[in-house]
Amino acid sequence: MSGRPVRRGMGGLLILLVSACDQGPMTNQPKYETFEPAPRWPHNQSARVPVAGTVARGEAIDPRVPETLPMPLTRELLERGQALFNIYCSPCHGRDGAGAGMIVQRGFPAPPTLHSDRLRQASLRHFYDVISHGYGVMYAYADRVARSDRWAIAAYIEALQLSQYARVDDLTAEQRARLEGGSSGQAGEGAQQ
Amino acid sequence: MPQIFPRRANSLVSAMLWGGLVGGVALVIVAITLGSSAHTTGVNSTPEQPVPFSHGHHVGGLGIDCRYCHTSVEQSDFAGLPPTSTCMTCHSQLWTSAAMLAPVRQSLQHDKPIAWVRVHDLPDFTYFSHRAHVNNGVGCESCHGRVDRMPITTQQKPLTMQWCLACHRHPEPYLRPENRITALGYDPAGDGIPGHELREHYGIRKDNLTECVTCHR
Ligand code: HEC
Ligand code: HEC
Ligand code: HEC
Ligand code: HEC
Ligand code: HEC
Ligand code: HEC
Repeated sequence: MSGRPVRRGMGGLLILLVSACDQGPMTNQPKYETFEPAPRWPHNQSARVPVAGTVARGEAIDPRVPETLPMPLTRELLERGQALFNIYCSPCHGRDGAGAGMIVQRGFPAPPTLHSDRLRQASLRHFYDVISHGYGVMYAYADRVARSDRWAIAAYIEALQLSQYARVDDLTAEQRARLEGGSSGQAGEGAQQ
Repeated sequence: MPQIFPRRANSLVSAMLWGGLVGGVALVIVAITLGSSAHTTGVNSTPEQPVPFSHGHHVGGLGIDCRYCHTSVEQSDFAGLPPTSTCMTCHSQLWTSAAMLAPVRQSLQHDKPIAWVRVHDLPDFTYFSHRAHVNNGVGCESCHGRVDRMPITTQQKPLTMQWCLACHRHPEPYLRPENRITALGYDPAGDGIPGHELREHYGIRKDNLTECVTCHR
């Protein structure tokens, strides 16, 4: 009879339909994805807190922090520092470092300007330490900013400080010609200080 | 011998045959539409969170970069969710008595993490990597939509294999320069550098992007 194959076909379709809805063992495998809850572990967490003193892979084992920039000062380093400063620091310190970032405008205690005499005298190591341990009401950023990145930010802060005190004499002849032509407002403001 | 089936059985059989055929086709259509409906793919699903965290306020209003909170997105497969101390970098001073933030303060006090509910979740038999995308010119917006307009985080894209492959076959119109990965409202196809130049810049080879083993390993 030719009804049989049709019914079989329908049966097959039903199985397909049911399996299309299957949230079976392959969809949710008995393994922990990152941060998946793990019942019976402390706080139901599968992610464990590393024991104190753990050194991340690729980080220096030596706990001593160098006194100054441990890597060559390059354009890439400054650009990395700039990107990270804009992500992690500018919400409070502002992109220019003057201390009027968006979060401060919403009521966070204002940080000091990074362009004060004291902070212009400060060493790169001081900035590194502030990022690592926090300062006053400012929290530490050690859990989010890797060591080499802390140096990149420190170097960028110094570049930012220099930018506020640039003089006309620091410019190349070509830049000066452009400035005197009056085309670049920002450089003009910096140079007048 | 008497007839087992009456005469009308003939028409019954053919009715059943046709009915089965039509029914089967209808079933397939229903299965396909159900399978790609928002209900099944999770588009627009907006799970309730332990704290009503708003990307709208923090990203759209305050302009905080994604990486301030989703720190590992460039280094790891997993984008990372902010620990309580990250919220506290601001909320130790701001909105310190808001009832909405009580679970955050309790989390800090008892050293117990906040249990955020997953919004996007691929089946465990697929492999996905944020690092592979955000370092190769694919922006958050292409896969997560305008989070800066979400009061509560919502899944905006279907995350089906079909959806992944549509871009893997033809990624050019989605590619952005490095400094626009977390930007929202940027139109990669219209605003910037032409896609094929960016593809060459990132060295993206399309041939292996549609291999099964890229995503099922
Ligand atoms: C949530 C706001 C906020 C963020 C984000 C922030 N800071 Fe601060 N920062 C402050 C405040 C407030 C102070 C002043 C603290 C005080 O005096 O109690 C400060 C002080 C400082 C100081 C001055 C220390 C001194 O010797 O006076 C430096 C340098 C600094 N921050 C660097 C950074 C860097 C680098 C980052 C990014 C990694 C950063 N800050 C991110 C709020 C912030
Ligand atoms: C102030 C911190 C903060 C910032 C900044 C932030 N997020 Fe989030 N994000 C969170 C928190 C907390 C959650 C978990 C709660 C939730 O899902 O809403 C989250 C969840 C998400 C999720 C859903 C994760 C899941 O469960 O599937 C996506 C997608 C996301 N964020 C994307 C972004 C993007 C894109 C940006 C930048 C445009 C961004 N976030 C900026 C804190 C932040
Ligand atoms: C960089 C600073 C900053 C960080 C980090 C931050 N917030 Fe906020 N948050 C704010 C500010 C400022 C407001 C006030 C909103 C406004 O003025 O638009 C706010 C408001 C809120 C509110 C009140 C409702 C609303 O959305 O306006 C909640 C809830 C909240 N934050 C939760 C969180 C959680 C949870 C985290 C951690 C994942 C977090 N915030 C991290 C700055 C921050
Ligand atoms: C190519 C698409 C794509 C891009 C680009 C992308 N995401 Fe995702 N994101 C996903 C998918 C898919 C998931 C679900 C992953 C899973 O279930 O394993 C996800 C999950 C997340 C989560 C939850 C935690 C996790 O990793 O599972 C967060 C937070 C997140 N994304 C933030 C971001 C941010 C921030 C950016 C931009 C810097 C970004 N995503 C770019 C597709 C993307
Ligand atoms: C908007 C475009 C886009 C979407 C959507 C997208 N991808 Fe990709 N994907 C890319 C690009 C571009 C690359 C980078 C290729 C390279 O490394 O050269 C990539 C790379 C990958 C890689 C790494 C390949 C390798 O060789 O290491 C994986 C795995 C991957 N994607 C999985 C997925 C999955 C799973 C989804 C769907 C949930 C998805 N992608 C959605 C554009 C996209
Ligand atoms: C770009 C990433 C990507 C590639 C390449 C890819 N897949 Fe998938 N695949 C996915 C994702 C994501 C899912 C889960 C979402 C879904 O069911 O659509 C999936 C689901 C599946 C499923 C389960 C479907 C279901 O309904 O449960 C099968 C079977 C499958 N893929 C086979 C393949 C085969 C065979 C290939 C190679 C020809 C392939 N995939 C290539 C991303 C990919």
